[in-house]
Parts: sequence; structure tokens; C-alpha cells
Amino acid sequence: MTTQDTASVPSIGNIRESYIAQVGRRRLYSGLALLIFVVLMVSGFNVADDRNAGGFWEGLHQIGDYPSEVFAEAWEKRADLPVLIAKFFPALVETINIASVATIIGAIGGLILSLLGTRGLAKWPSLIPLFRRFSDILRAIPEIVIALVMIFVLGGGPVPAMIAIALHTAGALAKMFSEVAENADLKPVEGLASTGATWTQRMLLGVLPQVAPNYVSYTLLRFEINIRASAILGFVGAGGIGYELRNAMAWGPGRFDEAAAIFVLLFGTIVFFDQVSSRYRNRLTEGQAQ
Amino acid sequence: MTAVDIQTAKIHADGLFRRKRLFAFGVPAVILVYFAYIFFAFDVPGLVQRVNVDNARTLASDIWSHKVHVTRDNRNGEIAYAVEGERKGEYPEGARPAWVSGTDVVKVDLGGDTTVRFLSDNRTQVNIPGFGLVEAQAEGRKVTTNLPADLPDWINASDRRVAITTPEGRITLTGSKTEVFNYFAGWELFWFTLDSPYHGVGIGQILFGAQIDPGRGNINGAVADFWHNKMWRHKDIAWAIGETILMAFLGTMGAAIIALPLAFLAAKRFTPVLLLRAATRRLFDFVRGVDALIWTVILARAFGPGPLTGALAILITDTGTFGKTFSEALENVDDKQIEGVTSTGAKPLQRYRFGVIPQVVPVLLAQVLYFLESNTRSATIIGAITGGGIGLMLTQAIQTQKDWEEVAYYIILIIVMVMLMDWLSGWLRGKLIGGKDG
Repeated sequence: MTTQDTASVPSIGNIRESYIAQVGRRRLYSGLALLIFVVLMVSGFNVADDRNAGGFWEGLHQIGDYPSEVFAEAWEKRADLPVLIAKFFPALVETINIASVATIIGAIGGLILSLLGTRGLAKWPSLIPLFRRFSDILRAIPEIVIALVMIFVLGGGPVPAMIAIALHTAGALAKMFSEVAENADLKPVEGLASTGATWTQRMLLGVLPQVAPNYVSYTLLRFEINIRASAILGFVGAGGIGYELRNAMAWGPGRFDEAAAIFVLLFGTIVFFDQVSSRYRNRLTEGQAQ
Repeated sequence: MTAVDIQTAKIHADGLFRRKRLFAFGVPAVILVYFAYIFFAFDVPGLVQRVNVDNARTLASDIWSHKVHVTRDNRNGEIAYAVEGERKGEYPEGARPAWVSGTDVVKVDLGGDTTVRFLSDNRTQVNIPGFGLVEAQAEGRKVTTNLPADLPDWINASDRRVAITTPEGRITLTGSKTEVFNYFAGWELFWFTLDSPYHGVGIGQILFGAQIDPGRGNINGAVADFWHNKMWRHKDIAWAIGETILMAFLGTMGAAIIALPLAFLAAKRFTPVLLLRAATRRLFDFVRGVDALIWTVILARAFGPGPLTGALAILITDTGTFGKTFSEALENVDDKQIEGVTSTGAKPLQRYRFGVIPQVVPVLLAQVLYFLESNTRSATIIGAITGGGIGLMLTQAIQTQKDWEEVAYYIILIIVMVMLMDWLSGWLRGKLIGGKDG
């Protein structure tokens, strides 16, 4: 009994000491990490502030100026607002069309790329790294790069934006799709292979039914993102509501009612599609859980 | 009895199959119809006619090659040599490319036996193998030549302007000047411009050879000349990329810092007051719905163009996104840990710190790091609108429509930048959270 006590007392002390030391070290490391982070944030903010045309503190109280000007003018001419909304509605439809066509094409491209780049499913296993790198590159290129180059070759309009968004979407979805496809059950594929099914048949009948809910869910999420992207690309000259917004902005005061109408349309559209798509996505993932 | 059962089961199965078949054929059919509508709505047939093949050709060749202009001013007979015909690429006084020879009669050897000779009195001789000798004379605003009436399609001639395009190079003659373009592969002057003493000097000689510029050390001078290269503007580009990454970093981290406390207000578990919760959630929905584009436009009015505007636009939009996902993560915390911490007598703030935060941190960090990468791409796009970072340089280079090699260079840099950020965020995620959901 006594021997046990004498043996356990120093060991508790040891444990406590090493625990305290460990906690101290951890605190030091997290403190250091936090310090570096704060320094990075503060100096980064100062650099950004220096290189900005207007300073942060001078600009801060002007934030409300532009929205309130726009709002005031739009309120003055509120009777015209429905007319303006109707006027810009076709441009909005174009923006939505760009997003949805690009999403469909991108999803098909992403599907093919993901199946060709997933171990166990690929048609040519030795080419898997090639297809993976290819989709990495597609994913890394911001839409605006392709859009601007395409505008140079094809001229302005919706098609350059569509191509740009579709390429980026294909890369982004290929990654998410192949993460899902990696977990797909291979038994149906083997069963189909034993009946002499071709690769396309095995994928269509063996893999797709398993992964479809996830794929559709990811595609819907991408559609939300693409509507925003399509509006932004319009701003650099690729048609749609973004283009109209830039024109309305260029006119400045006097045409703020047009800018307000476009703001309203864009805001409404984004919120609407966010809601619809999140409802469907919830239903898809719930269906999977059952 | 069983017969009836089978009958109903069969009818049911038939119905199911019919519905599936309808769905399987219906969805592709709807998509096809939609594409057909888009085909006309986007005016694809008209687009095919509008495609600018020449633009595509310049783009494709300019990306990997460059041209050196030899220009004779026909008013005073002076001959200038410049890479891409730009002032920044001019050969210094008295220097000229090795493929130009002669003093009274300057001979330009384009390669493949195609030569251009600048003769006196503004006469020019172009020797094209397989076609013959073209002689031209510039007088006032006119150009007279010995060209026959029917010309091959690579020669375009009027009495004001003659353009000859050969596989070796291009020759343009007008009354005021005679220009010869000689094409070469590669990006010329990428390291040093022609006025730098280090142009055309090998790397070994710079590092270990004799001092080239008496004023400064070799390595110092070479680095400075490279950094201040007027043609490729390496310094400006490095700053621009830094600005873009800075926008993404400030925006993402700032959004996370602001969104975290707000997310507690939006989570049912921590804020029993329905009104407050609903208000916070609507705020998140609102800033998310307004979208980065509109925020950029509004903020650019207050802060002017620059990286800060871009960072704030990302910050505001992502506060909404983070707020939403953070509050969802907070809803899903496990009660047991909080109870455990409470049982030790912890106060509310301590309960949050030790009961809640450790549970949600991995989820939040993963989200934030993922957005850091994705925002690098957004920052490129926002930069193009708000005027900061590599996005602005890219749009400017594209809008001038001639320096496509610079455009290609920027595109490569952007891709490398995004991939590096992707790698960095993955690496940080692995370090901070552990590989389990990395």
C-alpha cells in the first residue's frame, strides 16, 4: 500500500507537469499563429488601403450616398419602375439562359470528365491523371479570362459568356462528381460487364442511377453560382442584365431609375433561384437518407 | 384472388415503367428543345458569320511568336528597328538585328531566300522565291509597283497601299512608310529589354562572368533590369498578383470574423428570440442576394477603384454565405459536450468557448479555406470591374488587342496562382484539421 503511494505520487506530478508544459506550448503556438494572422490582416489592410484610389476612412461615410441617390431617384419615378422592369426583363432572361445552358453543357462535360478520371470506372485507366489535370486547369481558369478572349474572336453577346461559364463549370463539377463516383458501388458495373455491356452502357445503367441525386444536387448548386457569374460577365461586355447595368451606370444621375430597376431584377432573380434550388437540393438529399 | 393480385401488380408495374420511360426520354427531349430555342435566341447562325477568323489567327500566332518591325520613314529615309513596333522595344541608336545588312542599300533577310532591299529614292525591292522580284516606288501618297494585274491572294495592292504576306514575314508599303515584319518564335525581351546591357547575355556569364555594367554588380543589375523590364513589367505584375491574393485573403478572413458572432444570433439553439434570429437570417440572405457585382459597383462609388474595394465586396457577400453555413453548423452541435462543460460550473462564455467552438471549428475552417481558393478567382473577376490586381491588367491587355503574348503570360500566371492557392488551402486544411476530411 505504502509502496504504491510513493510510486504514484511522483507520476501524478510528472503527468501534471508534462500536461501543463503541453498546454503552455499549445497556447504559445496558437498565440503566435494568432499574432501572425493579426499582423497579416492589419498590414494587408494597410497595403490595400494605400493602393486604393480612395481611402477606407474617407470612403466609409460615403457608402450610403450612392444607394440613397439611386433610391431617391427611383422613388421619385416609382411609377415608371414596372415599365423599366418589363423593359429589362428580356436581358434578364438572357442572363438566366446563359447560366442554364452553361450549367447543362458544363454538367455533361463534367460528367464525362469525372467518369474518365475516377479510379475503377475510367475507360482508359492509364489516362486518369491526364483527365484530372485537364479538369484542374479548367477549374482554375476564371470565367472572365475565357470570356474576354472569346469576345475578341466571336464578338460581344451571350455565346462567349456561355462558353466561358460552361468550361469552368465542367472543371468544377468534374471534381465534385468524381468524389461521389469514387464511393459508388462497383457491383452493378461488374454485373453489367458480365453481360457484355459496353463502357457507356455500364456507366449509364450501373453508375449513374447510384450517383444521380448527388449529381443533380451539385448541378443545382452550380446553377445558383452561374447566375451570378453570368451577370458579372455581362458587365465586361458579354450581354444580358450585367451589360444593361453597366450602360445604366455609365449614364449616371438621371438614369438611376434604370439602375434601380436592374438592381431589383437581379436581386429578385438571385434570391428566387437560391430558394428554389435549395428546396430541391434538400429534397434530393433527404430522399437519399431514407 | 392471386390472379387479381398479379393483375393489379402488373398494372402498377406497367405504370411505373411507362413513367420511367417517359422520364428517360422526356428529359433529354426537353433539353434538346431548350437547346434549339437557345440556338436561335443566342443567334448562333449569325455568330458563325460574325466570327473574326483574322482575330483568331493573330491571337493564335501572337501567343507563341513575336515580330520585329523594320520601318523606313519615306519622308526622311530613316530606318527604325523595334520589337513589336513599340517604343519600349526599340533597338538603341546604331544597333540593329543581325539579319539586316548594308549601309547605302539596306538589305533585310527574312529567311528562306525572301529578301527586302531598301533602295534610294524610296524604292523597295522584294524578292520572293517562286514569284519573282517585286519593285515598288513610293511617291508622295502613292505607291507604284511592277505587280501584274491579277494577283495571288497573299498580295493585296491598291495605288495607296500594298501588303504582301509571305510565310517568312509581311511587307506593307504606303506612301509615307515601308514596313517589314519578321516573325520569330518565343517571347522576345522577356528577361531584358534592348537598352539593358544584359540583353542577349547568357545566365552563366551574368552569374560568374566578368562585370558587364561598370556601374553595378552583375547580379544586382540583372535583377534590377529584369524587375523594371518596361516591356513585360514584371514588377507591376508581381504587385497585381499580390493585390489579387490580398483581396481574396482580406475578404475571406474578414467575412469569417464578422460572420462568426452573427451566426450565433442566427442559430436557434443560441438565440431563442425569434425576431432577432429571423432578422439576422434575412440580413444574411440580403447581402448574399445583392451579389458581389452590385456590391462592387456600390463600393467603388464610395472608395474609388482599387484592391480595398474588391476586398470589401468579397467581405460583404461572403459574410452572408458564411453566416448561413456557420449557423447551420452551430445548429448541429452535439449537446453532450456543452452539458459536460456546464456540469463543471462553466459560465455561458466558457460554455461557448470549450463546449461549442471546438466542435464547429473544423467545419468552419474547411469552409473558410475552400472559399479562400474560390475567392482568388472571384478577386480576379472583381479586379477587372473595380480596377485592381491582375484582373485589371488582363482586361487592359486584352482591350489593346495586340499584346497577346502578354495576355497568354497573364493567363498562365492566373492559372498558376489559383492552383497554388488551391494547394495552399488544401495543405493548411490538412495541417489545421488533420487529414480526416481533407
